[in-house]
Amino acid sequence: MAEMGKQKSPEFEELDGFIKKSGLEGKQSALIAVLHQAQHIFGYLPKEVMMFIGKKLQIPVAKIYGVVTFYSFFNTEPKGRNQFKVCLGTACFVRGSDKIADALQRQLGMKMGETSEDLRYSLEAVRCVGACGLAPVVLVNDKVYGRLLVKDINKIIDAQE
Amino acid sequence: MVSLTINNMPVQVEDGVTILEAARKLNIDIPTLCHLELHDLKMVNQVASCRVCVVEVKGRRNLAPACATQVFEGMEVLTHTPTVIKARRMVVELILSNHPKNCLMCNKSTDCELQNLAASLGIFEIEYVGQMSQHKPEQSSRAISRDMNKCVLCRRCETMCSKVQTVNVLSAMERGFDTVMGTAFNLPMADSTCVNCGQCVAVCPTAALTEVNNISKAWDYLADDGKIVIVQTAPAVRAALGEAFGLPPGTNVTGKMVTALRMLGFNKVFDTDFAADLTIMEEAAELVHRIKHGGTIPMLTSCCPGWVKFIEHQFNDMLDIPSSCKSPQQMFGAIAKTYLTQKLNIPLEKMVLISVMPCLAKKYEASREEHKTPEGVQEVDLVITTRELAKMIKEAGINFASLAESDFDDPMGASTGAGVIFGASGGVLEAALRTAYEWITGQKLEKVDFTSLRGLDGIKEATVKIGDMDVNVAAASGLGNARHLLECVRAGECNYHVIEIMACPGGCIDGGGQPYHHGNIGILQKRTNALYQADRDKPVRKSHENPYIQQLYQEFLGEPYSEKAKELLHTTYTKRELM
Ligand code: SF4
Ligand code: SF4
Ligand code: SF4
Ligand code: FES
Ligand code: FES
Repeated sequence: MAEMGKQKSPEFEELDGFIKKSGLEGKQSALIAVLHQAQHIFGYLPKEVMMFIGKKLQIPVAKIYGVVTFYSFFNTEPKGRNQFKVCLGTACFVRGSDKIADALQRQLGMKMGETSEDLRYSLEAVRCVGACGLAPVVLVNDKVYGRLLVKDINKIIDAQE
Repeated sequence: MVSLTINNMPVQVEDGVTILEAARKLNIDIPTLCHLELHDLKMVNQVASCRVCVVEVKGRRNLAPACATQVFEGMEVLTHTPTVIKARRMVVELILSNHPKNCLMCNKSTDCELQNLAASLGIFEIEYVGQMSQHKPEQSSRAISRDMNKCVLCRRCETMCSKVQTVNVLSAMERGFDTVMGTAFNLPMADSTCVNCGQCVAVCPTAALTEVNNISKAWDYLADDGKIVIVQTAPAVRAALGEAFGLPPGTNVTGKMVTALRMLGFNKVFDTDFAADLTIMEEAAELVHRIKHGGTIPMLTSCCPGWVKFIEHQFNDMLDIPSSCKSPQQMFGAIAKTYLTQKLNIPLEKMVLISVMPCLAKKYEASREEHKTPEGVQEVDLVITTRELAKMIKEAGINFASLAESDFDDPMGASTGAGVIFGASGGVLEAALRTAYEWITGQKLEKVDFTSLRGLDGIKEATVKIGDMDVNVAAASGLGNARHLLECVRAGECNYHVIEIMACPGGCIDGGGQPYHHGNIGILQKRTNALYQADRDKPVRKSHENPYIQQLYQEFLGEPYSEKAKELLHTTYTKRELM
């Protein structure tokens, strides 16, 4: 983190490279695209990154923070390497996703919206992810686990690094 | 021109005009809440988010927001039909359903646009019961108090802070029901780049943003028999205080104000104008010194603490250009707690100095670490605004409008016309020129009025011949205008010798602590006129001719810009983070 403050880490260089390569310096309209890329690089959007983007695109940092807090896609806190998302959409819910959610909370020892201290797991509830045919559904990073039963939970957790 | 009818009355207006403006021509007031247009300051807040101003337009299926709908040829508008009134009432009821409604105990009561709106729509009960916001009031700032539960999300503050002041502290955060006007990273205001100008407070329709209220502290001091409480009043206060008591805007109430302050129990009533004269002595001396010794040019005035904090954050590579002079408020404190204590034989620990200021940034300024006397006590103990003084006078049951006039106390109540115009944009510069001219040329300045530096324009310029030198000066008010000038200076494209900057548009007459203008910007010109009239009425109009100032130098300070003067009356600036 200390290094990030100095904005010399490889991550900052990559972000800077992206902005330069795409000719986005001073382009206020590119904010969302740049935030996306930054979150991809850093995994989340810490203060230093928002300030960096503010300087590069010449956007007041209060506006950037407004945009970041507006979209639930962006996170200002680091997330775990394995991001569990339990779908609580209608289709999943009627097929018992609330019980899946309870089981995950119990097994991981975390509440919804939390990230483990060792940054191994984070857990959140989401709305319909468009895989209703597989309900109930849990996503881990980009992988979809469908037609789940409570007893499958431990297997899924063990399958993650 | 476009012809239309409003409530079946024909009217002709220019192209591009809104229904709201067209209706005004017919003396029809359509209520508004979020909308705010300050023409002279070039500020328009037109987010059309509150829908309080809706009207019926023939041929249109839904109601139209009058503040954001342009007129067209043949348009037929109805502004107060039962449908419209019902819709308006519903909108306001919905706003109130998520509002604390504790008007009886609210800092803004009787001066609140939401309260007035509810009253004018005759709202007696609210049908909607909904979720209530639960924001914690934020009190980190010395100047600005935030209670976001009272926010109606009109975004006037954001428009003011970002478009007019270009400080960009406040913006909308989160979404939906959770939307809140906040700072970057939810920083406390005290840790943000906020300069405490209070212009957001000046335009906030409710008590979501208000001044940090020091009234009860002031009463405590006044009630303390062990203290000798003295007061100083800033130039712009006298031009606006009367408004709080129904006097016409632009009434100069100096004499009544002095009487009222004595009735409130202040032991001595002094004038910041005296310290304004002192500031001119030091600033003019510093300017002459800089010109003679090749110091940094341009020199920027430094009487406005909002502006000082702005440059400390936003142009922190240019901190050698502001004058090192403290502001008049702090000069007054520095002299009161050294010279005056001796002269009036008041023990330092007994003296309490309260300032009455048109300004919220002065509350912050008084608390700055560097503003201490050599003995380590704060130069100014407490700052209240014009609005707070008005409330105290009301609390004390004083019938202000009928008061007799009285005079300030000596020696720090005497001032010249140069001191009084400090309250208007361009005034400091004009006052400085009156003195600098005579010092540099050794000749008497006959024509003391520098009219090109007066008025509400955001940037004013003049070139003044002083001896064989052409002195280029500029005055900017409003921080967006200041930014403009500073960028020009930084780029080496503007060749000014002296620049005056005031954070508030129009100068201190429009300070964040003045009686609310509620969008009626015409009163700013009237307040300005009151100060220039006061200047004309003064027998002495040049700071260096103030006999009490001369005496202060003889008895205590020595020369302007002497070592002693530098120790007491000059300061340093702090490089601050820019976000
Ligand atoms: S902000 Fe206005 S409406 Fe709200 S409690 Fe205060 S006075 Fe009443
Ligand atoms: S006091 Fe001035 S700088 Fe601070 S938030 Fe309000 S408008 Fe912006
Ligand atoms: S704080 Fe005041 S000015 Fe700002 S959005 Fe809320 S109600 Fe409007
Ligand atoms: S409701 Fe879960 S995937 Fe659609
Ligand atoms: S005043 Fe027109 S929408 Fe708010």
